[in-house]
Amino acid sequence: MSNQKNDLAQTGRPVLDVRNLAVSLAGNPSAKVVSDVSFTVHPGETVCVVGESGSGKSVTAFSIMGLLSREALHCSGGRIELDGENVLEADKERLRALRATRMAMIFQEPMTALNPVETVGEQIDEVLRIHKRMGRKARREKVMEMLEAVHLPEPERIYSSYPHQLSGGQRQRVVICIALILEPRLLIADEPTTALDVTTQKQILLLIRELQEKHNTAVLFITHDFGVVADIADRVVVMNRGEVVEVGTREQILSAPDKDYTRMLVSSVPSLVPEAREAHDGDIVLSVKGLGKVYAQKRFLGARREVAAAVDVDLTVRRGEILGVVGESGSGKSTVARCIVRLQDPTQGEVVVCGENIAAARGSALLSVRKRIQMVFQDPFRSLNPRLTVGESIIEGLTNFGVARAQALRRAGELMGLVGLPADALKRYPHQFSGGQRQRICIARALALEPDVLVADEAVSALDVSVQAQVLELLDDIRRKTGVGVLFITHDLRVAAQICDTIMVMQKGKIVEFGPAADVLTSPKQPYTRLLLEAAPGRHWDFQNFRPLPL
Amino acid sequence: MFSYVIKRAVATLPVMAMVAVVVFAMLRLTPGDPAAILAGDDASGAQLEAIRRSMGLDQPIMVQLYVWMKQLAQGDLGVSLLSGTPVLEMIGGRIGPTLSLAVLTILLTIVVAIPMGVVAARNPGGLLDRTVMTFSVLGFSIPTFVIGYLLIYAMALKLGWFPVQGYSSVDKGLWPFFQRLVLPTLALSGIYIALVARMTRSSVIDVMGEDFIRTARAKGAKETSVLLRHALRNAAVPIVTVIGIGVASLITGVVVTESVFNLPGLGRLVVEAVLARDYPVIQGLILLFSFTYVLINLAVDILYTVFDPRIRY
Amino acid sequence: MSNNTIQGELLAEPAARAPTRGDRSSLAAQMLLSLRSVPVFLAFVVLTVVSLLAVFAPFLIRADPIAIDPLQRFAGVSAEHWLGNDAFGRDVYSRLLFGARVSLIVGLGAAAASLVVGLIIGVVAGYIRFADTFIMRVMDGIMAIPSILLAIALVSLTGASLVTVLVAITVPEIPRVVRLVRSIILNVRSEAYVEAAISLGTPTYRLLIRHMVPNTVAPLIVQGTFIFASAILTEATLSFLGAGLPTEIPSWGNMMADGRMYFQLYPSLVLYPGIILAFTLLSVNILGDVLRDVLDPKMAKRT
Repeated sequence: MSNQKNDLAQTGRPVLDVRNLAVSLAGNPSAKVVSDVSFTVHPGETVCVVGESGSGKSVTAFSIMGLLSREALHCSGGRIELDGENVLEADKERLRALRATRMAMIFQEPMTALNPVETVGEQIDEVLRIHKRMGRKARREKVMEMLEAVHLPEPERIYSSYPHQLSGGQRQRVVICIALILEPRLLIADEPTTALDVTTQKQILLLIRELQEKHNTAVLFITHDFGVVADIADRVVVMNRGEVVEVGTREQILSAPDKDYTRMLVSSVPSLVPEAREAHDGDIVLSVKGLGKVYAQKRFLGARREVAAAVDVDLTVRRGEILGVVGESGSGKSTVARCIVRLQDPTQGEVVVCGENIAAARGSALLSVRKRIQMVFQDPFRSLNPRLTVGESIIEGLTNFGVARAQALRRAGELMGLVGLPADALKRYPHQFSGGQRQRICIARALALEPDVLVADEAVSALDVSVQAQVLELLDDIRRKTGVGVLFITHDLRVAAQICDTIMVMQKGKIVEFGPAADVLTSPKQPYTRLLLEAAPGRHWDFQNFRPLPL
Repeated sequence: MFSYVIKRAVATLPVMAMVAVVVFAMLRLTPGDPAAILAGDDASGAQLEAIRRSMGLDQPIMVQLYVWMKQLAQGDLGVSLLSGTPVLEMIGGRIGPTLSLAVLTILLTIVVAIPMGVVAARNPGGLLDRTVMTFSVLGFSIPTFVIGYLLIYAMALKLGWFPVQGYSSVDKGLWPFFQRLVLPTLALSGIYIALVARMTRSSVIDVMGEDFIRTARAKGAKETSVLLRHALRNAAVPIVTVIGIGVASLITGVVVTESVFNLPGLGRLVVEAVLARDYPVIQGLILLFSFTYVLINLAVDILYTVFDPRIRY
Repeated sequence: MSNNTIQGELLAEPAARAPTRGDRSSLAAQMLLSLRSVPVFLAFVVLTVVSLLAVFAPFLIRADPIAIDPLQRFAGVSAEHWLGNDAFGRDVYSRLLFGARVSLIVGLGAAAASLVVGLIIGVVAGYIRFADTFIMRVMDGIMAIPSILLAIALVSLTGASLVTVLVAITVPEIPRVVRLVRSIILNVRSEAYVEAAISLGTPTYRLLIRHMVPNTVAPLIVQGTFIFASAILTEATLSFLGAGLPTEIPSWGNMMADGRMYFQLYPSLVLYPGIILAFTLLSVNILGDVLRDVLDPKMAKRT
């Protein structure tokens, strides 16, 4: 087996050879989701398929595994050769036999990829039971070996744990165990780190690399993140709208892309190095002192358990300033945002908006201060009422505060112009807009009341990079025009570097570091900030200028 | 685990108390005077007053509630207005047929409905699925008593395979016992099977859409193993839940079925008591059936811990 | 439901899809389309015929449905009595038509009443935190009492009449509606667009009417069809057990109850109303399923 592998590597024969692949909607062969896709993956090589949502990258990956849902999609043309065997022609039994032994896959969502009612050990063991004739003891030994190979602590304990007892990163390691225990020739990784924090992402990427080197595995890595591409790819396949735009080595794609689309995509990736910005010295519009939020869980037969989501948070935002709050999941950054706009009640501290403390305001006092502070939410698909026209949504705040309908609609029309949408958009429904357009609508809605403070909670995280860049530009433009102070919550250091004047790093509910963006991101003082920065993918590359960065 | 069981058990207490209050309120606050029934049509006003006093009906309503709850807590369900027999004793005498019928029905349902649901979920929209779904809609729609009479008409009157009606207790021989329970069990299980098969189908289909099913397929697992090992085990919680909730329609069915097949069980007793307006008996039976329902669902709650490791405090 | 394998890609817009004004015409089209399936079409026909018979019963009957004729007991099928006579010499055909009337009235009345009451209580429970625990406790209590027993007891205590039967059927249905509404309200409450409206300073009543309650409409319509069927069934069951409508009212359940004693000799007296009842319920349930598939795909998946 291993001899053969080496031979293949020497003759340069690819493990995976996709030729003119076409995927259509089931029952309608002319409705192509993916067409004319060709690329190869060689032993030991990492090929990244990169593209925005709807590019067909995941469909391609699932076609190779034969995991497309039969009712929805089917492969209507081309070949997918795994070691010279066309898997599109393989029957069900053959396909089953190939999975896990010759080709394996890891998935985007480690939280749901494992069966919740079976122990981790049993789930890894299942692979051996399906494909190998091994005694129970031998299987257990093999599983233990594998658990150690993916660097899980205390393999014995992990073996008999259930998925819900493990963290996201640990679960992804278990999924990797399942995929690689039989040393397949090809590993397909479908956005395996997208759902993870940067620090965990880095560890998982290192692990995949380590195991790949050990077994000379061919890796097909699906991602939307050019940072990851810059870190791990040998070659890159750029896809858009179901077609391959360009294939090339990492250097070609990142430094001298052929196609305009690729250029646009690569240059949309924000730089990690912030531009030097002037300090703002306007009035303080938002000032938070000693903010704390404790969730109390009442437990039966036992003491109350308290979880502190935010502890002693101080911050100020001046007119026209953008303050970034950066942290991983569980850092408390969203809690802080929600307490400030009073969607949650803080348990401690002051929230002063334009001189008025609203931390404990209720009823009409709270209502009247609401117009001063507005929020833009993460998911543009859920933050607009699908039953109301865009116009109705935008004027809701104005009519709440007694503005006449006609006047409110006129103002809504102006706002559409401000966020770069046509005025006739007001009469349409949210489902008629794309994600980026909806986020513009949400920004318009938030601005309708002319607030002093805008809180954006991961407002660009759900968007593709190209759209993300446009929305960030819009936000920057708006704060310049209106002088609104922005509290910008994000997990993405690049986004923060792009737009924030000052940055606050949070970890486990506490502020770790605070200062001007340039200082925090170029010369961090705290080890945690340094850790975050080091884990940011692609930090040796300057995407906007298509060149490496001196480190 | 232990604290979870205790917690669930304690949580049933307010529900049972609420049931008792609702039953009490219903019987005392609606128009209709138990004393008048006991006294008969031609009792004088004084007689009525005396009976009322002896029954404690002259007391304020909260006092009555207190007295009644106290008796209830001691397991005293009162005595029949008509025969003077303690209600508990009457229940004991009639519980045999009801219990036999219910247990047979639950067993039949589990054995038939779960495989039906799984088979249907294997290929949603396929022939088997449509057959199962048709059967399930029929089961929902044809009232138990109509199924009962159709069965009697076909299997007893026309074919003569089974006796038309009646009951024979186990100690008079196993064969006559079963012979007389076959048709009632079939009639009663119709709606229950429909319910459980449908829930099994939809929960299995639901689980088949989960990410970990895809992981199992990516491992190269056989479709049967995906269905049984991964999907059915994860669908277990909604399935046992519906088996528990279905006990409510089972109880309705018992009342009806016993009337159709003339089985001398608790269901008949309810109808007899209602027709005779024997309040303490009605009260006692409603409480009995409700508590049974609550306790069965408590058992289901505890069963969750067996099927789902996440529910374990 | 099995699109999971394609993840976000194809379904790049996993929008919280709710029917909007723009979608409405396509809803009607979908329902028309479902009539192409034979069972659905038949169900539609059966229900239409039963409704028409019920509405025009006074013009279609052959004899007074409650007129007793001792000389004509168990009279067979004749030109005058299309389906024969019952044990009291009453015309079975005419009684069946009036039975349809009773069933529809009970079904519609119970569905409307339980939806309205359940919606109000459910919104209160879902939105007002301190009321929630108490309301849900009471609902749990009512739910724990098997509905038929609750109904039997209510009817026997208050005396048989159309109104008491309606109340007795409606009360046990309310907790299910309350639970449904409450769970929707609780879910919608954490939707980003509701939070957005809160931060826009929208007052509570507008929040409920504009952003939250509309989400309950589709599920409630679907639930309503099932309550409609279950109410018809419960009325028939109650009457069959002798604890329903006054015996002189010609309802299908009463007809079956009257015919029970003579079942071995004249099975048709029980089977005719029984079969019509079964077909009516079957039609309502089939159409209810269609309605659910179209209006409420999320719930259709679940049950």
